[in-house]
Amino acid sequence: MTQFISLFQAAIMFGSVIMFGALGEILTERSGNLNLGVPGIMYLGGIAGLIGSFFYEASTTSPSPVVGMLIALVCAFGMAALGGLIFSFLTISLRANQNVTGLTLTIFGGGVANFFGGSLNKLAGGVGQISVAATSSAFRTATPLAGMGTAGKLFFSYGFLAYAAIVIAVFLHYFMSRSRKGLNLRAVGENPGTADAAGINVTRNKYLATCMGAGVSGLGGLYYVMDYTKGTWANDGGIESLGWLAVALVIFATWKPLNAIWGSYLFGLLFWMYFYIPGLNRSSQELFKMLPYIVTLVVLVAVSLRNKKENQPPASLGLPYFREER
Amino acid sequence: METITAVEMKHVTKRFGEVVANDEVDLKLLRGEILSLLGENGSGKTTLMNMLSGIYYPDDGQIYVNGKAVTIRSPKDAFDLGIGMIHQHFKLVDVFTAAENIVLGLNEGGRLDRKVIAAKVKEIADRYGFDIDPNQKVYDMTVSQKQTVEIVKVLYRGADILILDEPTAVLTPQETDKLFAVMRNMKADGKALVIITHKLHEVMDVSDRVAVLRKGKYIGDVATCDTDPQKLTDMMVGRAVELNIDCPKAEKVTERIEVQHLTVRDKDGIPRLSDVSFTARGGEILGIAGISGSGQKQLLEAIAGLQPCAPESHILYKDEQWNPDAPADDLENQKHVHELIGKSPLDISKMGVALSFVPEDRLGMGLVANMDLTDNMLLRSYLTGRGIFADRKKPKKLAEDVVEELEVVTPSITTPVRKLSGGNVQKVLVGREIAMDPTVLMSAYAVRGLDINTSYTIYNLMTEQKLKGVAVIYVGEDLDVLLELCDRILVLCGGQVSGIVPREEATKEGIGLLMTQFRKEAQV
Repeated sequence: MTQFISLFQAAIMFGSVIMFGALGEILTERSGNLNLGVPGIMYLGGIAGLIGSFFYEASTTSPSPVVGMLIALVCAFGMAALGGLIFSFLTISLRANQNVTGLTLTIFGGGVANFFGGSLNKLAGGVGQISVAATSSAFRTATPLAGMGTAGKLFFSYGFLAYAAIVIAVFLHYFMSRSRKGLNLRAVGENPGTADAAGINVTRNKYLATCMGAGVSGLGGLYYVMDYTKGTWANDGGIESLGWLAVALVIFATWKPLNAIWGSYLFGLLFWMYFYIPGLNRSSQELFKMLPYIVTLVVLVAVSLRNKKENQPPASLGLPYFREER
Repeated sequence: METITAVEMKHVTKRFGEVVANDEVDLKLLRGEILSLLGENGSGKTTLMNMLSGIYYPDDGQIYVNGKAVTIRSPKDAFDLGIGMIHQHFKLVDVFTAAENIVLGLNEGGRLDRKVIAAKVKEIADRYGFDIDPNQKVYDMTVSQKQTVEIVKVLYRGADILILDEPTAVLTPQETDKLFAVMRNMKADGKALVIITHKLHEVMDVSDRVAVLRKGKYIGDVATCDTDPQKLTDMMVGRAVELNIDCPKAEKVTERIEVQHLTVRDKDGIPRLSDVSFTARGGEILGIAGISGSGQKQLLEAIAGLQPCAPESHILYKDEQWNPDAPADDLENQKHVHELIGKSPLDISKMGVALSFVPEDRLGMGLVANMDLTDNMLLRSYLTGRGIFADRKKPKKLAEDVVEELEVVTPSITTPVRKLSGGNVQKVLVGREIAMDPTVLMSAYAVRGLDINTSYTIYNLMTEQKLKGVAVIYVGEDLDVLLELCDRILVLCGGQVSGIVPREEATKEGIGLLMTQFRKEAQV
């Protein structure tokens, strides 16, 4: 039982990281922009939040966890959105290739984050490991219901960002399926020419969706740094591998935010399963870590075979839009 | 009904570079009437209407809506004035429902209440007799249903001046009747309608007044009840012009390609060609006339092996050993008849059929824009050569020959063809195809966009090939050229052969009439 609880908890925490990444990317891709820079953007969000809270904690003798948390949130969201802005400017205004730009952004984000993360570790001195204990504790505070036996451990023992991810998913679902602005946004991603003719500002929609989406993805990086690794930094490429899983999750969820909720937890479950299966050695573990990707492949094949229109990617995903090319 | 002017266009001119698409056009549209805008391809009908709907901006002239001088700079301006245009290519989002498409981009405020929208859509549909399910997804719709969504979309936005650009081109006769019924209801409701068309029977059927454009000029307008198809055709095509293109007779004329019951459907299942039968003869230029989009492209591509055809279709190629005088049951002779249906272009060339094709899309299907002259020549011969290496010497020689013989203006044969002018691109393409020693040469709009001299070069090349015994199929749009260049003219109308006319009997008016209305009795 304890084994099951700890697997479940690991799955939720792992899942929350990639859920943020995927939700942001769903918003972005719904506008027709394929931003493969998700890992880089999560890196940017994570490192910006860490830097913000580190300097805040270093500047006062008794840092307030709540202030540190707010600073980290604003820094993470803002920096990630800035990453989205770079992507938007290059692909929407300059019409650069989205795949290349996205991959470049991933490399860029990883480089920036590891450079500053390494520097912070050096600045922190001591054992060479930065720690923002106060801020991280704010992120990790469990809900008051956590004490309620097994159910409390299973469902109420997480930091607030894990719940925020679900709230964002539900909000995005309602936004995209029930609001006029959401309808317009989807029209831009499906058929920008039609959207343009209907008087929708294609460029503005794409910019907004991409920057906001990047901001949301960036929160995934922050959650990773503050909660998953408890307010520390390691130049181990952890965020990058989770970032790619977030991209896979977008496909798995067939571009629907609600699917991303259970999909992310499933991915977490599959990813951590190896830890709880006895008799695995270092090499056979890696086979199990492939499971989320294999499941994504299977879903992709199944969805393509069924060929249901609603489950297909946005029709103009990855394509630049020129008004003159009617 | 009282006549109130809805729209008036005065001296409207639109130029695209050197080309004058609309030259001082005056047009008047009244409330409660259906006006047909009639004209050949490229006569400027759509351009004129695009200026009303805000897609183009006139270079000169003034537009009045409801008696007031207006400036229409964007589709939104047009909507605000109550002008809505239904384009030939629908602007709909496939995965959305009819209702979602209708309200797309509207700023009505409030949340997206699908029930309220559906009720409003239903109300419009009931008023004019549309058949529409607001909750149906667009990808599940037939072409006619999609068109209905487009029209309702325009009405939902409060348009009272509607422009329909060739609305019947994609409809079956029954659907057309339904559309016309709806149009009459809208007319009775006091709306002003313009229908762009080149189908004369529809003009006679639905409209109150006809305005005719020819080569961008406004020819005039007549009340439909005072005219007939013949008079309208005369207005549309004008007088024949002498061009002095030589058309000598070839010594020997033999059957080369026999097309039987050719039917081609597009991926939506709409027939683009139906039951087309004809024979192309070596030593003859067979002209193909027709309004653009009548199936010319599909016809040539079917022969070239690029179009899937319906099972009853046959395209028989009769090679040079085939004896036209042998009896039909001569098995030896039948061996020289080859079926081309179901073969890929490579199969066809492997069968020894020398087919040359100069497609309409020169830099898309004909040549590779970013490759130089030699490499483009190589496209035809890359399979020859030693082992895995292609032979580059012969294509290089060919490129040099083509440049010299056809006087292609190019800095060198290593220049990418996209840097060449349209006429020179066409010379390269035609030069390459002719160098293949074809027995059949097909060309689509070979002189489109070319100057007079280059056009004559192309005409002469076609005639030269004909005299060599090649079966030339020439798809053209200028009737004057077709009349002088071709030995026979096949007229396509809506994917069907509406007539095959020998040169001696062909008149511009006759061909024009065949192009615009399908007449069974005219078939040869």
